[in-house]
Amino acid sequence: MASLSDIKSKIILSETKVDTKNVHAETGKTFEQYLKDIRVDIKYKTDEEIQFDLIGVDASIANAYRRIMLAEVPIMAIEKVYMMNNTSVMPDDVLAHRMGLIPIKADPRLFNFPAYNEKNQLIVDSNSVLEFELSIKCSHNKAASVGATLPEEKYKNSNVYTRHMKWVPIGDQAQLLGEVKTCQDDILIMKLRPGQEIKMKLHCVKGVGKDHAKFSPVATATYRLLPSIKLLEPITGELARKLQSCFAEGVIGLKTVNNIDVAFVLDARKDTATREVCRHKELKDLVELSRISDHFIFTVESIGVLPAIDIVKESIKILMEKCDYFIGEIAKQT
Amino acid sequence: MDFQSKFQNSDGQIEPVKPLHDKGLLLPAFLQLKGLVRQHIDNYDYFVDVGIKKILQTNNKILSNADTGFYLKYLDIRVGTPDIEETYSSTRDSTPQECRLRDLTYSAPITVDLQYTRGKQVVIRKDHPLGRIPIMLKSSKCVLRDKTHEELAKVKECMYDPGGYFVVKGVEKVILIQEQISMNRMIVDENRKGSMECAVTSSTHERKSRTSVWLHYRKVYLKHNSLTEDIPVVIILKGMGLSSDQEIIQMVGSSEEIIANMLPSIQEAQEKQMFTRDQCLEYLGQRSKLYKIYLTGWTARSRVDEGKELLREMILTHIPAANLNFKRKAVYLAMMVRRLLSAKKDQYDDKDYYGNKRVELAGDLLGLLFEDLFKTFNYDVKKSVDREIGKKGEQFDVLSIMNPSIITNGTIYAISTGNWNLKRFRMNRSGVTQVLSRLSYISALGIMTRINSLFEKTRKVSGPRALHPSQWGMLCPSDTPEGESCGLIKNLALMTHITTSCEESSLEAFLYNMGVEDVLHLSGAEFSYPFVYTVFLNGQLLGVTRDYRRLVRVLRLTRRSGFLEHFINVFVIEKQKSVFISSDGGRLCRPYIVVEKGCPLVTNEHLISLREEKMSFQDFVQLGLIEYLDVNEEDDSTIALTVDKLTTLTTHMEIEPFTILGICAGLIPFPHHNQSPRNTYQCAMGKQSMGVIAYNYLNRIDTLMYTLVYPQAPLVKTHTLDIINFDKLPAGQNATVAVMSYSGYDIEDAVILNQASVDRGFARCTVYKKFQTAIKRYPNRTLDIINGPHLNEFDKPIYLHQILDVDGIAMPGEKISNRQVLVNKLIPEQITGPPVGNLTSISHKESPLSYKGQTEDMYVDKVLITSSNEDAMIIKTLLRKTRIPEVGDKFSSRHGQKGVCGLIVNQENLPFSESGICPDIVMNPHGFPSRMTVGKLLELLCGKAGVLRGEFAYGTAFIDCKINKVCSQLVEHGFNYHGKDMVTSGTTGEPLEAYIFMGPVYYQKLKHMVIDKMHARSRGPRSLMTRQPTEGRSREGGLRLGEMERDCLIGYGASMLVIERLMISSDSYRVEVCNTCGLFAYSNWCHFCQSSSTISSVNIPYACKLLFQELISMNIVPRLKLVKDTQ
Repeated sequence: MASLSDIKSKIILSETKVDTKNVHAETGKTFEQYLKDIRVDIKYKTDEEIQFDLIGVDASIANAYRRIMLAEVPIMAIEKVYMMNNTSVMPDDVLAHRMGLIPIKADPRLFNFPAYNEKNQLIVDSNSVLEFELSIKCSHNKAASVGATLPEEKYKNSNVYTRHMKWVPIGDQAQLLGEVKTCQDDILIMKLRPGQEIKMKLHCVKGVGKDHAKFSPVATATYRLLPSIKLLEPITGELARKLQSCFAEGVIGLKTVNNIDVAFVLDARKDTATREVCRHKELKDLVELSRISDHFIFTVESIGVLPAIDIVKESIKILMEKCDYFIGEIAKQT
Repeated sequence: MDFQSKFQNSDGQIEPVKPLHDKGLLLPAFLQLKGLVRQHIDNYDYFVDVGIKKILQTNNKILSNADTGFYLKYLDIRVGTPDIEETYSSTRDSTPQECRLRDLTYSAPITVDLQYTRGKQVVIRKDHPLGRIPIMLKSSKCVLRDKTHEELAKVKECMYDPGGYFVVKGVEKVILIQEQISMNRMIVDENRKGSMECAVTSSTHERKSRTSVWLHYRKVYLKHNSLTEDIPVVIILKGMGLSSDQEIIQMVGSSEEIIANMLPSIQEAQEKQMFTRDQCLEYLGQRSKLYKIYLTGWTARSRVDEGKELLREMILTHIPAANLNFKRKAVYLAMMVRRLLSAKKDQYDDKDYYGNKRVELAGDLLGLLFEDLFKTFNYDVKKSVDREIGKKGEQFDVLSIMNPSIITNGTIYAISTGNWNLKRFRMNRSGVTQVLSRLSYISALGIMTRINSLFEKTRKVSGPRALHPSQWGMLCPSDTPEGESCGLIKNLALMTHITTSCEESSLEAFLYNMGVEDVLHLSGAEFSYPFVYTVFLNGQLLGVTRDYRRLVRVLRLTRRSGFLEHFINVFVIEKQKSVFISSDGGRLCRPYIVVEKGCPLVTNEHLISLREEKMSFQDFVQLGLIEYLDVNEEDDSTIALTVDKLTTLTTHMEIEPFTILGICAGLIPFPHHNQSPRNTYQCAMGKQSMGVIAYNYLNRIDTLMYTLVYPQAPLVKTHTLDIINFDKLPAGQNATVAVMSYSGYDIEDAVILNQASVDRGFARCTVYKKFQTAIKRYPNRTLDIINGPHLNEFDKPIYLHQILDVDGIAMPGEKISNRQVLVNKLIPEQITGPPVGNLTSISHKESPLSYKGQTEDMYVDKVLITSSNEDAMIIKTLLRKTRIPEVGDKFSSRHGQKGVCGLIVNQENLPFSESGICPDIVMNPHGFPSRMTVGKLLELLCGKAGVLRGEFAYGTAFIDCKINKVCSQLVEHGFNYHGKDMVTSGTTGEPLEAYIFMGPVYYQKLKHMVIDKMHARSRGPRSLMTRQPTEGRSREGGLRLGEMERDCLIGYGASMLVIERLMISSDSYRVEVCNTCGLFAYSNWCHFCQSSSTISSVNIPYACKLLFQELISMNIVPRLKLVKDTQ
């Protein structure tokens, strides 16, 4: 029986290039068949990270999800910084930029995109804007021991963290949203010294990653193709051990047959495209490295605003909306 | 463990030498001892502590012609500590930072103790001010000397600031190291006429002169500036007291060849009837130029005396002629003749040999300047004394006429303009000082190690520009500018030390004790004996030695054991049978590990105690384990680069090979893998890269300052980089670079940036600009005033005054646009004339300080209101703008690979690797084959391995980084051995066909940004005289359609376009022309013809009209002949 990897079209990783000649658009499949073949396997899931296999779709589909997750799933981020006082060493513009990059734990689905008035000022209302306040002053710590040298001990508020930011509910936000805060409470914003003070009002709005990276809900969303390794000839003994060392741990296994070590592919998924075998003349022609062209191993790392799975779900929704829009446009044309 | 016992312990057997693992520790120890700019500071210290006293001693007396009883004698001189004159009589200690901010000079008073006569009394006065002298930062007089980091922070100074510069009128100035040909040394070369000459430039405290002997039709002549014609050398020798031809021959040399060559010269003297000494001296006296003016107290003398005087004072001045005994001079001159005669054609001395060069530093130059000013000062005092002393009235006190401003202003003027015009020393140099470039930390350090050569830039000779082998280890082979000053401006290598002069007299005595026979006791014939070697001390002929090997060995051993100065160097030139000993200042030297019998004296035990701080670098030198060699002695030694290169002949070993590079080249990782010019390019570019300039940058108010918002220490470091603390004050960021083509916006070295990286702060920089004005007080008691903002009819400030506070000065934090006012200053209409009584009555005119920045709005960062030295107030406003990288900004890696940003791409469109890594920068691979910057490839690999292992990698020059190991580390972490990742296209989602070389590379953002360069104009200002558009971006000028462009249009036949470009869009002007006389008419009336009948109106360029008028004013009549356009 031919293995699954033999049936599917393969991308060959040769020594010098990625050979995509064998990849053909699947023809002769009906839409229903196509749909039937699509499979999603969630391998690993936490709030921060999700890993799932997307099987049986074209690269363009998988890539669309990746691109949407990076650039089009909206989240809330600080957009306007009203600087009341800043006597720290950090210039206003740099501080404002830093504030923008802080992930805000607020469900973006509960908000509208911001509106601006004719003077291009943000219209503040409870449906589209979150307000924070950061007001902190550094002072000498009178309780510090005499010989203290650490700034953290000598001064009060010498380090400004995200936990010092205070949420100011607008309207009935307190009832509707519960508690809104930053995703991590220990992001160091800046350092202060006695006498220095910052006081600012921060407005968060909903936005998308293609406008600014601060609106991107993911640290990264990426995929790789499922590796497939085929041993073209039986590899035994010393060579087998060498083969094993050419791959990451757990890719190649050894079994003893008649007191000889024989190599077999234990778990090709763990391969990371090091292509180390290609550097060994004696092994080069015994192994075929390839990738399954329609098996995507997705990894989505959330920055904490949304659970990773929600980001994926949102991306699916957005793609569907786009499709609906397009179908509508096409229908209008014809 | 002293040197002697070590020497005896070794039994002559060569054992395999153990590798010295921590040899590199010696380098930081060396730099810790001396600091990065030790050469400047040492030299300045020598001047203020020793040199200035010597100058005083040679000029310590002022006498008066008017009153012979008067005298003034300087007893001692001191340089104080830097202070600021608060009021007329009180002073206060100053700090460099205060001087920078307040535009003051960081200077200290020079005080003298003097003894003088007041009437009949003899008065001794202590601590009388003589003037002020700028103080070099971190010198022995500076308040920053030997301060800890905390103490430096208290005086608002950066702990990594090298010092070695001056603060003059608030500007940081560096006196560059000046290179020149060595004085007092014989050099055989071809002269202008193409014949051979042997020349010496003598330099003493009193004067500088050049004496040469040269061959003319096989006869030897002496040439000197103070002689009207060239004199046969035999006549000079006879004039110096060599009585017979035999004696002359004996002294010049008695080999067959030399006798034969001398014959024509002797014959000539014979023909000229020159036999006795007096005859010769008279002959000389007749041909001496009017040198008398230089000598004080000159009275008419006989020709013979004049000849003697000439020989004593002008010829070979560096050889003393005590009691008119010319023996030394004669021997020296004979030696010159011998060198001339025995030198073969094409065996000239190499002028570019670095052993023949000396460098002058701040202390030397200030010494010259001070001596000149001090003499002027004394001359002034003498003149005033002569004038005043006889006068009746008050008791004359010389102190009242001593004007300290001569020295104060003289030094300040020289340092702030860089013009060293000293008539007494016939010195006329400009560009001696430079503003310390604070563009980046590296540029500041780079300028401190720069050596300026006095060679003309325009001359097209390669010799002085070429990298001479003798510069090995002393000068950086990479760091030199491109273009006209290529090779003339050089930089010191990391370990180079510049000597200051040591005491000569004790050394001289030591040499005589060592068996050197004084010239005065020699007949002259000894020079020709086979084993007799001549001994020179600093170019002066001392005597001969019969066992030169012993002399040299003893000298070196004595030096190593610390009984002689460490910077005394000795070397032998076998061909000239001479031993040269130098102790003069300005020689380049560097430390080496001493090797005895194939075994380095520095052992691992020593290095362990160095690490444990039980020993310092000075101890190594003191114990004779390490010694300093100058270029000449280096030439005489056998130096092993590494332990495995040691042989029995080896005399020294390198401390670290990478120290042959300078500071700038030391930052390049793997420079030994790069094509050489690439390293040179990086040396120039490193100085333009943005980063943190110093820890105190927020306290500085510089005219222009660039800082990087998020600077990073490079992942791939070098040892040099650690030593100079570049990782503390970095200038660049580690970018993940994908070497691939993308989009076509990356041709011609352009790079593609990742929008997400830019959003997150990659290559973001802050620009600070200073705008400054002074509130002055004028002679008529009027003064400038500042008014509050002008209000419009709604009581709101007018647009231009929008950011002004009520006091009329800009508010910090406000955004400012082009032409808006920063300080609303008004100056009085009249500032001269008699004092104004009622100050309220005078009228003022507006003279605001406004912001000029057409392309960019900025923010007011801070305002400083302070006073400078005079009672003028100064207002400094600092503007700030954070700039986000954009298309057109310039970037560069550390391998001379510069490029502008061609496109900024959204992250989702960029390729990503297996592990999801997206590049920050995409770089086109075409940048590699022709540039051959293999170092960059290695940096990428080592950086990638380093980042995976969580440690810094090292790419120090000449150190084997074991790239195989690095690549294996990549494999261990699941990456490809060659660093080439499998990536997926961000646009199609399919894998790219090629594997992509990807990893971190340190990228610098350079100061050239489009926003400072972009320029366009439709209409705009025109120049006053010609009414043509102005020129240049700063004046919002037009873009010139030049001659060549015009030629193209004419060639193409686009005549209307030519008219449009050159006249209509430029300076078209309608004039009326009288058809009868061809002259300009005005208001339809020809003033020449007194008629209005034939007036036509035409358009001509205004410049053309101007030309006609100018011609008319010169009585040349240009007549315009108009013809009707017949179509």
